[in-house]
Amino acid sequence: MAVSETRPPVRETRPPADANRPPVRVSAPRRALRLLRRHLVTIAGLGTLGYLILPNIVVLVFSFNKPNGRFNYQWQRFSTDAWSDPCGVADLCGSLGLSLQIAVWATLGATALGTMIAFALARYRFRARSSVNTLIFLPMAMPEVVMAASLATLFLNMGIQFGFWTILIAHIMFCLSFVVTAVKARVMSMDPRLEQAAQDLYASPVQTFLRVTLPIAAPGIAAGALLSFALSFDDFIITNFNAGSTVTFPMFVWGSAQRGTPVQINVIGTAMFLIAVLCVVVGQLAGKRRKRS
Amino acid sequence: MSTTEAPAPAPEEAAPLPVRRPPARKRLVPYWLLLPGILWLVVFFAAPLVYQASTSLQTGSLEDGFKVTWHFATYWDAFGTYWPQFVRSVLYAATATVLCLLLGYPLAYLIAFKAGRWRNLVMILVIAPFFTSFLIRTLAWKTILADGGAVVGLLNSLHVLDVTSWLGLTEGHRVLATPLAVVCGLTYNFLPFMVLPLYTSLERIDPRLHEAAGDLYARPATTFRRVTFPLSMPGVVAGTLLTFIPAAGDYINAELLGSTDQKMIGNVIQSQFLRVLDYPTAAALSFILMAAILAMVTVYIRKSGTEDLV
Amino acid sequence: MTQTATPQSGGGDVRLQGISKTYGSFTAVHPLDLTIPAASFFALLGASGCGKTTTLRMIAGLEDPTTGTVALGGQDVTALPPYKRHVNTVFQSYALFPHLDIFENVAFGLRRRGVKSVKKQVEEMLDLVQLGPMARRRPQQLSGGQQQRVAVARALINKPQVLLLDEPLGALDLKLRRQMQLELKRIQTEVGITFVHVTHDQEEAMTMADTVAVMNGGRVEQLGAPADLYENPATTFVANFLGTSNLIEAEVTGMGGEHLLLTAGGTTLRLPTRRCGAAPAARTGGKVLAGVRPEKMALIHADRADAVPEGHNRLPGRIKDASFIGVSTQYVIDAHALGELAVYEQNIERDGRLVPGAEVVLHWNPAHTFGLDAAQSPLAGTDLDEEAA
Repeated sequence: MAVSETRPPVRETRPPADANRPPVRVSAPRRALRLLRRHLVTIAGLGTLGYLILPNIVVLVFSFNKPNGRFNYQWQRFSTDAWSDPCGVADLCGSLGLSLQIAVWATLGATALGTMIAFALARYRFRARSSVNTLIFLPMAMPEVVMAASLATLFLNMGIQFGFWTILIAHIMFCLSFVVTAVKARVMSMDPRLEQAAQDLYASPVQTFLRVTLPIAAPGIAAGALLSFALSFDDFIITNFNAGSTVTFPMFVWGSAQRGTPVQINVIGTAMFLIAVLCVVVGQLAGKRRKRS
Repeated sequence: MSTTEAPAPAPEEAAPLPVRRPPARKRLVPYWLLLPGILWLVVFFAAPLVYQASTSLQTGSLEDGFKVTWHFATYWDAFGTYWPQFVRSVLYAATATVLCLLLGYPLAYLIAFKAGRWRNLVMILVIAPFFTSFLIRTLAWKTILADGGAVVGLLNSLHVLDVTSWLGLTEGHRVLATPLAVVCGLTYNFLPFMVLPLYTSLERIDPRLHEAAGDLYARPATTFRRVTFPLSMPGVVAGTLLTFIPAAGDYINAELLGSTDQKMIGNVIQSQFLRVLDYPTAAALSFILMAAILAMVTVYIRKSGTEDLV
Repeated sequence: MTQTATPQSGGGDVRLQGISKTYGSFTAVHPLDLTIPAASFFALLGASGCGKTTTLRMIAGLEDPTTGTVALGGQDVTALPPYKRHVNTVFQSYALFPHLDIFENVAFGLRRRGVKSVKKQVEEMLDLVQLGPMARRRPQQLSGGQQQRVAVARALINKPQVLLLDEPLGALDLKLRRQMQLELKRIQTEVGITFVHVTHDQEEAMTMADTVAVMNGGRVEQLGAPADLYENPATTFVANFLGTSNLIEAEVTGMGGEHLLLTAGGTTLRLPTRRCGAAPAARTGGKVLAGVRPEKMALIHADRADAVPEGHNRLPGRIKDASFIGVSTQYVIDAHALGELAVYEQNIERDGRLVPGAEVVLHWNPAHTFGLDAAQSPLAGTDLDEEAA
């Protein structure tokens, strides 16, 4: 095992067997094999990526389907009927609106409460600190079905009417921990001298918070809010237990899996996917432009 | 300094070196910040768990009402009747977690070290599916894995399904309504929860460490085993937890992609609670599930030595 | 309490009385009295953990003193929060606001005080620190030296009574640091504001400050003009922390006119009586530490020992090590029973025989000797040297 003196920079994907072999002529299939091995990680990663987005492609394709019967599982023929009439199914758009409404309120509630907790945890020393940390961690380490069933038991025994408010309460509850985690990480990584500098430069505590702390913590708060929105909008298990007869969008989809899936849910699924991608791309471009100027 | 604290400190001029303490108002700030959020969690998260503990010890019926009778037998009965679903949940969730790790690691590695200027695009593709309702995406697997579909046809012609049937993962020449379909759905649904923490911890690794390892005579495989993987452990631990916990309690994949033979414990709790209306059994089952998962998570975190994760 | 943060021209003095700070059982600063005259450039010098930054932060109001009072320009400000004190700070690693551009960073203090038209003032200030064209950049896009100047501009624009500088040059490379030292000194002379400068770099403190307070273990060891501290250190800590000192343990054997006669390792040395202020045992039979700075000593080859000027202190020794550093050569001399001594010789006329192994005679004018209390460790302050480098 002689080690050559001038070693090329190590590449992770290089097959180990090649490391010390002189570069002699190799046959074509072997070269292909070598190429495959060198890019094994990339190929495997792209494979996983394909697995991740395949269902979205299917949803997209089947939004142009015209199925025979109630279920949209088999390709029949191309049609744009569903795209031209996305609300053509009873209750579909109503449930979508309700889900959006709940998601907005849950996001606002969880972000406000969670940000406050995150600041307390990141910036102050107090006695109950470790119990608070545990209480924040537990909802994330708890299967949803357990939280769902126990909260529903409480509402049931209290005689509280299931509906919009119970869903909202439940959503704020399980989004809270995620906001705390996101904001806390950001505030912890912030240099405490920045706030001291603001105070030194005649900013009162309130001004310091508004002019320095909040703007710097903003990306963390935004991340927490975005996550809350996505979690709330897409939640099924906890909503299913606490909704009563109220139907959110995921519950509509769930019900349709039993009764028959209208093509319109594919239309809405695809539209949400495209809107999300568009938002991210626009955000990226805007960020880049700001950096350049 | 005119607060109503009981033993007022001596006047500053009199004492030679008066000791100052921050005013009480300042010391209470963290508690005021915590109050609303913590109250919310206590009332709507912790209290329901306690409430449920009492429910699990009740007997009675919906007509006559339920009473706490310290009926611990509910636990034994529930576990005795539904242990296959428990075992199945743990098994499916563990398999899905391992698959997520095996599939997710290369993808996270790709994003962290190899994607270059495509990094943002790949990240978008990992996150964006989140925005299509996961129920719709799970239903899409019904189409992908349909009996007459291309995937099943391919697997059949390669005799893969013969092997999986022999292993007990599939039955006959179909994939839907088999354990394979459920595990496939679970893996798919929780894969992003594996990829994102893995990516976060891989991204923090200084690429120069790879060069240093190579410089110190480590082959690429050794570099990965001795340097990259150990440094990504926080991501591995976080990812496996974020995958295993929700997968073990999930009932959507078993419901949509499986048959009655693939029911998991989540399905049982859901039907006991929402259909049979046997609240004590549902409560007991969720308590057993919660205890089992918390125990497993605690042991796992201890073993992997990343307690600072929390 | 009515007069808060109103801009005044010129500096104010800082008066600390019995000020101390304890964290639990740890005392960061022992009760301290210190008066910093208006318009002076004052340096707090010490190794990390000596309490100098805590003292500075108590002046700024960022730290509540456990005991004592802080007065600025004759007004007691102990109870005032930082935003009501007319002092400004240049923070270690600058603490520039990353979400604001350079202009807004500099304008921050003016805006908080309700100044309406800040544009002209900010532009003038940016011109003063030669950063006019950078106004719309973000701090992350600037080099270390530029960020440093923004930090100074951001503080100075408020025309504070006192400007506090917390290790302001620590993150800069050597050359830039030298340049900024002169620059800061120039600005201080120009604006006439009191500067209080915290540093662990003794050279920096001596270059810039009118008065230096050397701190150690939460106490001020010695206070004075840089040259005075260097020539007449009061403690072994100061002698070793400010530059290098050869400290020779010796016994007082008698008096000889204006000198004490000492015996060290069998050799008789002379020490001026008037330079024994810091050595209480400086009487016959007592022990003192005789100190000499390495550059005040001269080396001569043992063969030419008779060329040593009359009246000089002399010690025999052998060269152990010699390092050529350009302007001078630094020798380590094994002075037998007295241990190792350092000698810096200017590179003017070098004797080619002065190489490691050569027998030599060390000699110096007795007037350059200072006496210190032998009860202290002669090594105090030496182990901190690397940190100060």
